[in-house]
Amino acid sequence: MQEIEHHYDEMNIICERPAALLDTRMHYCPGCGHGVAHRILMEAVEELGIQEQTIGVAPVGCSVFAYHYMNVDMQEAAHGRATAVATGIKRCYPDKYVFTYQGDGDLAAIGTGETVHTVNRGENVLIVFINNAIYGMTGGQMAPTTLVSQKTSTTPYGREVPFMGNPLKITELLAQLPGAFYVTRQAVNTPANVRKAKKALLNGLKWQALKKGTCFVEIVSNCPTNWGMKPVESNKWLEENMLPYYPLGDMKVPSKEELENG
Amino acid sequence: MGELRLMKGNEALAEAAIRAGMDAYFGYPITPQSEVLEYLTREAYNRTGCTILQAESEVASINMVYGAAGAGARVMTSSSSPGISLMQEGISYIAGAELPCLLVNINRGGPGLGTIQPSQGDYFQSVKGGGHGDYRLIVLAPATVQEMADFVQEGWELADKYRNPVLILADGALGQMMEKVELRKQVDRNAHTSPEWATTGKTKDRDRNIITSLFIKPEEMEQVNLQLQAKYRKIEEAETRVQEINTEDADFIIVAYGLSARIGRKVMEQLRVAGIKVGLIRPITLWPYPYEAVSRAADHVKGFLSLELNAGQMVEDVRLAVNGRCPVGHYGRMGGIIPSPEEVVDVIKTMYSKL
Repeated sequence: MQEIEHHYDEMNIICERPAALLDTRMHYCPGCGHGVAHRILMEAVEELGIQEQTIGVAPVGCSVFAYHYMNVDMQEAAHGRATAVATGIKRCYPDKYVFTYQGDGDLAAIGTGETVHTVNRGENVLIVFINNAIYGMTGGQMAPTTLVSQKTSTTPYGREVPFMGNPLKITELLAQLPGAFYVTRQAVNTPANVRKAKKALLNGLKWQALKKGTCFVEIVSNCPTNWGMKPVESNKWLEENMLPYYPLGDMKVPSKEELENG
Repeated sequence: MGELRLMKGNEALAEAAIRAGMDAYFGYPITPQSEVLEYLTREAYNRTGCTILQAESEVASINMVYGAAGAGARVMTSSSSPGISLMQEGISYIAGAELPCLLVNINRGGPGLGTIQPSQGDYFQSVKGGGHGDYRLIVLAPATVQEMADFVQEGWELADKYRNPVLILADGALGQMMEKVELRKQVDRNAHTSPEWATTGKTKDRDRNIITSLFIKPEEMEQVNLQLQAKYRKIEEAETRVQEINTEDADFIIVAYGLSARIGRKVMEQLRVAGIKVGLIRPITLWPYPYEAVSRAADHVKGFLSLELNAGQMVEDVRLAVNGRCPVGHYGRMGGIIPSPEEVVDVIKTMYSKL
């Protein structure tokens, strides 16, 4: 990967790149939320001191190269199969920390079956779900999460429910399953939301050690390129259009007793 | 001598997997191989502590195999024809990422939902690809319940040696029939340690391990393919296995594998009594295919018959090896019907009389 030249005064450093995130230039489009999501996930790994015990599973889609950026052992999964791959790893290494990092096309379309059954079994893994309401890598086609009336390359006149069905609230669906231990929806469109999302990822990783079920963190993110917007504009669109349909917050949180009796 | 038991092929295979030190099995029930999962859930965890998981689908189970194999576990799945079709995506990824694992196909009749009766209709799928891309599986074809058991440990050894998936291809009859089997001693699971390339957690003394089959740059992708092909040539040189019976003085050769080879042997014996010198070539590895043994025989026989439970699949490989030097016929029954030795004797007598 491309080396980066740094120009800064070390005396003025107030925040450093986590060691669990490699010092390479990412391929993501300007303004895309993947970079932030990668960073806070790896900050969580580092703060928990679990880099040597962590195994990640990368998806197919924009974040297919997540393993180029995350400095942990990783496996690349077929489209939609990441949670099955994670199950295979975790069942053989129950004391390791295993996470998947998946987009909406990967997790909520082709991988719906694997996702539902992984959570229903209560696999002790963290599933990180990036929802930007569109297929990014393949060029902006409709995703299961695409909003009603949202224009994409395969819904050029806007998503119409009679023809394309409803936007899928997969996180709400998963929260109903008894195998889910912690289910939350966060976003990375503002600094305050980024901090909350990081806290969710910290919990999701940390609580694996309790072996009480699946932790699922949805992160609502933006796709400036395929939405056809400038980055700032896309974050505004996210807030005005996505968050009303995909409201932020915890959907299932472990009780105090569950956490204490781990 | 190891422990002797009377067992079904599927159960002998499952018992052998436990004894070979299996770390994990992920599978989904399908007739005629459901006894593998049933036997393992009953026996395996209690005896060795290995992971046994009934997945929600064949697609999930093969990807669980991928994850476990990538993390360095000794792992296996089994299914039957329609289930193996569902697994093809994952098998291609496993081959592309060069992960060792054991796959088992107890072949039933197709195409489509087909029948639950024995078949050898998955030969093409097994040895010519099945999934996307240029890859090969090492394909072992047992002909007895004993080999159903023996090929498990040998399969894992081959898989580990070449970092390549190994497929045991048997028909439904071999899965269901009972025979005497001599079982090997239990291997200590701890004897199998995770290889250095596996994703077991990045320690400070090594760079991160990545399991992937994604190589976007064409030059890099070509290099990966060239390396795979070089590996396949090595396997062809070192691991081709074949059984030859009465081929030295033969005027006619039956080529058959698995259950068909058992029928072929009976046919050979009957025809020899009738005065026709027939020999049998039984490919044990269907890939790499024993072209050399068939080619050698083609120098001195009058003809071949490829005996299969299909419409004519392996016969293409026999013809490749013979390369036009003498006639190559095919006889096969489908739909789960197993030909009697007598009907095959008649087929060969007719063919031989015209040579």
